[in-house]
Amino acid sequence: MVPTSFYIFLAALLFTIGAVAVLVRRNTLIIYMAVELMLNSANLAFVAFARQFGDISGQLFVFFVITIAAAEVAVGLALIVTIFHTKHSVDIDAMHELKG
Amino acid sequence: MSLMVLFVLMGALALAAALGLLFARNAVYAALFLVLNMLALAVLYLTLGAPFLAMVQITVYAGAVMVLFLFVVMLLGAETLREEGGPIAWQRPLAAILGGVLVGTLSYILFVEATTGKILPPPEDYATPYALSVKLFQDYLLPFEVASVLLLVAMLGALVLVQIERKRRRNDDQTSD
Repeated sequence: MVPTSFYIFLAALLFTIGAVAVLVRRNTLIIYMAVELMLNSANLAFVAFARQFGDISGQLFVFFVITIAAAEVAVGLALIVTIFHTKHSVDIDAMHELKG
Repeated sequence: MSLMVLFVLMGALALAAALGLLFARNAVYAALFLVLNMLALAVLYLTLGAPFLAMVQITVYAGAVMVLFLFVVMLLGAETLREEGGPIAWQRPLAAILGGVLVGTLSYILFVEATTGKILPPPEDYATPYALSVKLFQDYLLPFEVASVLLLVAMLGALVLVQIERKRRRNDDQTSD
């Protein structure tokens, strides 16, 4: 049996890579993919803790997270397509209209 | 023992794919790296006694969601873009430092919590599709219904967003004629 802490450490590393990618990358689509990576790492932690406590509620929560992520991707990508048609760019620096 | 070997292999693969996403120049490569990451995570779910979730991960995430991503990347032709510099180039080293701090604190907090318990071998019927569905449709029926409404709203939202755009472009064309 692999200890739970190994899985948790892996999840922490993946979450950090995702967070750094959100901060560093300028392509909106890649930022979006990094958000998915962070969701996935949280899912891994959920499943690991579900095994540790022998309770499948954690797995069901992952099920719901996947559902919400699918909905989020549909709306988010529609937004990106709409923004692309007005700005002709998916560069995050091009979207500064709200800057005072 | 063999589980440990599998964990190390798949963990290394997941980390390498995540780093590939971080450093990829091309958005299509980034999406493919993310698919690889999700497949490695699906194998890890199998080692954690979650076969149903592993299959859902492959079909919904690596299948549907990533196909949608690749579709949009190729539709917009936004594979390669200027990445260097920009107005906030100083953010990069700061992001690396903050990432180090984040991984330190996360692993400290979670290790302290995670190492206190003892892992019991899961029961025979742990996380079978039957056990999951009984739990889902009895204890979590209301969240399940709310999630279905949310999916419907998201679908309508995506349609409406694209429709507004199309209508406005049609009006632009007419005024320019």
